[in-house]
Amino acid sequence: MNATIRISILAAAMIAAAPAALADSDHRAKALAMMKQDFVTKGQATADRVSEDGLQAICNRTGNKPPEKIAQRLEADQMAAVKYPADGKLMGDWKAGEKIAQSGRGFTWSDEPGLPVGGNCYNCHQIAPKETSFGTVGPSLFHFGKLRGNTADMQKYVYGKIYNAKSFSLCSEMPRFGHIGALKEAQIKHLVALLLDPESPVNK
Amino acid sequence: MRQALIAATAFALALATQPVVAQNKPAPAATAKKAAKPAAAAPVEEKDAATVEFEKFRTMMEESNPAELFEAQGEDFWKSIRGPKQVSLATSCDLGLGVGIVKGAYVQMPRYFADAGKVMDAERRIVWCMIEKQGFKEADIMKQPFASGSYTPEPTSLVTYVAANSKDMKFAVPLKDPRVKEVYEIGREVTNHRAGPYDFSCNTCHGADGKRIRMQNLPNIATPKGATTAVMGWPGYRMTGGVMLTQQWRMGDCFRQQRFPQPKYVSDTITSLLTYMTANANGATYKGPGIKR
Ligand code: HEC
Ligand code: HEC
Repeated sequence: MNATIRISILAAAMIAAAPAALADSDHRAKALAMMKQDFVTKGQATADRVSEDGLQAICNRTGNKPPEKIAQRLEADQMAAVKYPADGKLMGDWKAGEKIAQSGRGFTWSDEPGLPVGGNCYNCHQIAPKETSFGTVGPSLFHFGKLRGNTADMQKYVYGKIYNAKSFSLCSEMPRFGHIGALKEAQIKHLVALLLDPESPVNK
Repeated sequence: MRQALIAATAFALALATQPVVAQNKPAPAATAKKAAKPAAAAPVEEKDAATVEFEKFRTMMEESNPAELFEAQGEDFWKSIRGPKQVSLATSCDLGLGVGIVKGAYVQMPRYFADAGKVMDAERRIVWCMIEKQGFKEADIMKQPFASGSYTPEPTSLVTYVAANSKDMKFAVPLKDPRVKEVYEIGREVTNHRAGPYDFSCNTCHGADGKRIRMQNLPNIATPKGATTAVMGWPGYRMTGGVMLTQQWRMGDCFRQQRFPQPKYVSDTITSLLTYMTANANGATYKGPGIKR
């Protein structure tokens, strides 16, 4: 069974089994019905995007603070679906990684479908020091490798985090780039290098 | 006024090299010079060069905001006999304070309108009057609801006129009305709703104090202070592109960045968001149509 479908069924079962805490409030039910009416497909942004998947449903219904047991099970589920590179090499070229981190392209109705999407990383994170136009939705990643090292475990963590941030923290605000097929294996490797390669400006 | 427009155009051209959407980099050249601080929390209050320039410019423009042009156009539309039914809005349209009364109406919307059976924000109410009272065709209005460089839709000018007539008045969305309160609560739920390929909600970007996407500061719309920032200066004359834009447009462009599909123009969803944000700003003084970067 496809991982996403499995997650949705599990989440749906959990919602059904859970008492009032996870049920929709009256206002929320009305908001969902209203949004179903009020959105139309434009470009690649299809109308069905307002519907939540299983993980989103859990986060939405718990104010992003799901009960620990549910969070752990669903994180493990997300983790199990992370695909690590077959060749075992997790670090690519940091220069290519910087370009991907800069690009905010992807998934909006004004983006041309089919083109490779960017990482949006600078929208939310400080990364290399030369780029001073960075967002603060996520923590600073400057000196990431210098501070955290670049052992095999650390590489695996960063690869996994970019592939699916929700496998570590269920309701993280960071998108699931690998999970949704936004970033391909080679692109994620380049981003791992941007954060962990000692030669990367991030670690100078 | 002419002077102001020339200056505005110059500024717009200067900004034109800088992409405006959040997915792009707002001010590469202007910000590249500054040295970055080490890993510690990012300096959120720090202003980049483009912001400083823009603020200087906005002060300079305060006396003759190009929004005034659209305000004048809107007043003309409001008072003229128009549409298939040959009637003026001034003699047929009730913005909540009585037929034809414009003063103070904007800061008391969204509100409930019994004739429509709905809570409506200002732009939506104006569109409703154009259709119901003047007989304009809904499909025609929906065709191009937002301004482009060469075209400003009539509701945009009208809402600018109506908004200007609430300048220096306090926001007072009638939350005591249970029908308004209901829409407010639904609006709060919309801001919480995470969905789409990136799992974003409004709160991803506007749910905490002091957040930025690239160099753009994002108001926390759940707080009175943030909500005040969020609703201030709309409708606004946007330097980039030199267009007059409304809150209806702003909401649509945020949904675009949220990777959501397109919200319908003057829909319940937009009204709910405007009810939520404007009511959170209740008590703050509205400064009139503004200038946006
Ligand atoms: C919409 C915002 C957003 C975007 C876009 C985003 N992140 Fe994040 N990121 C976050 C947030 C919030 C956290 C902290 C919460 C968490 O760990 O999930 C985070 C955490 C991280 C961490 C873990 C930090 C630590 O201390 O362990 C890494 C690594 C990371 N992001 C890398 C990236 C990379 C690389 C990209 C681009 C491909 C990216 N992020 C895009 C919001 C974002
Ligand atoms: C992915 C990021 C993102 C999401 C999601 C998002 N916005 Fe925004 N929002 C922005 C950016 C960027 C701006 C422009 C800020 C500027 O121009 O300084 C903005 C501007 C605004 C403004 C105008 C603020 C001003 O000072 O004029 C309002 C109001 C607003 N957003 C509300 C919302 C609402 C409501 C939602 C959800 C429906 C939402 N946003 C979703 C990024 C986002």
